[in-house]
Amino acid sequence: MPAVAELLTAPAETTAAVPASAATAAEVRRRLLLPVLAALLIGAVLVGAGAGAMRIPVPAVLGVLLHKLGLDVGLAFEPQHEAVLWAIRLPRVCLGVLIGAALGLAGASMQGLFRNPLADPGLIGVSAGASLAAVATIVLEATLLSVLREWLGFYALAAAAFVGACGTNLLVYQLSKEGGRAVVATMLLAGIAINALAGALTGVLTYVATDEQLRSITFWGLGSLGGASWPTVLSVLPLLALPLVLLPRLGKSLNLLALGEDQAAHLGLPVTRLKRQLIVLATLAVGTSVAVAGSIGFLGLVVPHLIRLAAGPDHRVVLPGAALGGALVLTLADTLARTAVAPAELPIGILTALLGTPVFLWILLREKRRRLA
Amino acid sequence: MFDVQNLSYLAGRRPLLRDVSLQARPGELLAVVGANGAGKSTLLRLLSGDLAPSAGSVRFEGRELRAIPGPALARRRAVLTQQHSLTLAFSVQELVLMGRYPYFRGQPSAHDHRVVAQALQLVGLTPLAGRSYPTLSGGEQQRAQLARVLAQVWEAEAGFLLLDEPLTGLDLNHQHHTLDVARALVQHGFGVVAVLHDLNLAAQYADQLVLLRQGQVVAAGAPAAVLTPAHIRHAFAIEVELLPHPTLGSPLIVPVPRPAVAPGLWPTSNP
Repeated sequence: MPAVAELLTAPAETTAAVPASAATAAEVRRRLLLPVLAALLIGAVLVGAGAGAMRIPVPAVLGVLLHKLGLDVGLAFEPQHEAVLWAIRLPRVCLGVLIGAALGLAGASMQGLFRNPLADPGLIGVSAGASLAAVATIVLEATLLSVLREWLGFYALAAAAFVGACGTNLLVYQLSKEGGRAVVATMLLAGIAINALAGALTGVLTYVATDEQLRSITFWGLGSLGGASWPTVLSVLPLLALPLVLLPRLGKSLNLLALGEDQAAHLGLPVTRLKRQLIVLATLAVGTSVAVAGSIGFLGLVVPHLIRLAAGPDHRVVLPGAALGGALVLTLADTLARTAVAPAELPIGILTALLGTPVFLWILLREKRRRLA
Repeated sequence: MFDVQNLSYLAGRRPLLRDVSLQARPGELLAVVGANGAGKSTLLRLLSGDLAPSAGSVRFEGRELRAIPGPALARRRAVLTQQHSLTLAFSVQELVLMGRYPYFRGQPSAHDHRVVAQALQLVGLTPLAGRSYPTLSGGEQQRAQLARVLAQVWEAEAGFLLLDEPLTGLDLNHQHHTLDVARALVQHGFGVVAVLHDLNLAAQYADQLVLLRQGQVVAAGAPAAVLTPAHIRHAFAIEVELLPHPTLGSPLIVPVPRPAVAPGLWPTSNP
């Protein structure tokens, strides 16, 4: 053990410093993760845009993209390739990338906020609130909300879902406030209660719904990127850009929050402001996603987990990693949803849950084994 | 320095701290002692700004504590809490680096890495720098957190350390080593406020003692003046004798043997 007084007064050079560039296997994985994910995402986008009823080879997809950017490098494509890609495939792939990134990022942020790897935006009532509002729009449309429909047209459902998401989240946040600060444990419990209430109300609406409305409700609940068009992409872009740009900058703060709220405050972190930012941005991300694509389960829960398994818990890597990972997974899932039972289409929520559940259970069992070991 | 005047704290209607006044100066180790539930941790949480006073004031460097911006305060004083809730698998080195977060925005500098290495060396955890924090033993976790706290105020002028039961879970060697570190910092111009349970360690290492009972100060001052049999009887409800420490001369507290716990308290096992 070093002599304390000596070490405190010793010049920095004489003490053994752990080299900053110590390249362990974990460190290498950490550094490679983001570039690898980005490369995989680009690959998935090119393949996904090419897959479907009319198969378009990857060089042709690239050719169209470059042509649209004003670069003609001699990659051959046919005119109908361009038409299909531009009108149908690309908006859908773009929407998938945006929503996947938003859901992954929101999941990672909520897990950081609740300091619980099993937290999910759905847990604090965002998804349930959005569903309730959407179902209400579908069922009560004929009587109450026809005015809304007139104003907003196709976006009525999306707008209602978004308002529902924000409303429930605000309610949960207010319920969990004690003396001006949100108590995270109370917030989880309030979220569970609001989830149950929203579920029950949705049940009541389902009960009174007509057969045709039931079908709409069911399909909305399963989630789909089928409604994608350039106007959709452009209307969600500003809403998703905010969380997609701002959330990854909170990595350091979330690392400190992992120490505990008091400990984070001792290190100068404005904890209350951080919690508010996280909740608002994650709600924006999830509310917008649910609004345009229905509820897409498990993505926000599983993707951040996989990123942590690969690169460790540092939120400076986990947040951008979860965004890229979420975009990658949703792009692949949507490609599968469009092609697996062509010409029909699987709802994407089914696919993410089918693939996500086994992964989630595997993580649970792994954690249990590790605790027992 | 910390200047505490007529500080009271109520949890609901229950007073946890009543009319406490004290000063903690740079270059001094102030130990807070007292029985369980006497208000020691409450006092420390008021000093670290976790709790707002119900009455009275806590001032740091002449300013109302809770008016000082968080980042500025973080570079002057660090807090080691009693409980740690970190469950994510950060490496020890990453944890200690968090103590440097108030000093950099994007990437840590070479200086930050050097401070981390020195802090790890100081608590004897250099060999475990790459280990995952949750896999450490309780005592090692405590030392890793201490290294984080040290890194936070490493080069602060007249910085302050607030330590809530820093010796919990440490073996004999590391208990003394932790207090040795605290003393070295004090000699360096730091101020240290520590909640301690072991009166003998407090007597040996502290410059000033504050003895609490039911949220009130029983006695404050030099260890020899505070740790009298009468004060200890009043605060802990136990009879003690004082012996001089064989080499240091500081008081050594030895409980007077007392009769076994009344047999009537035990349920009789044989019919």
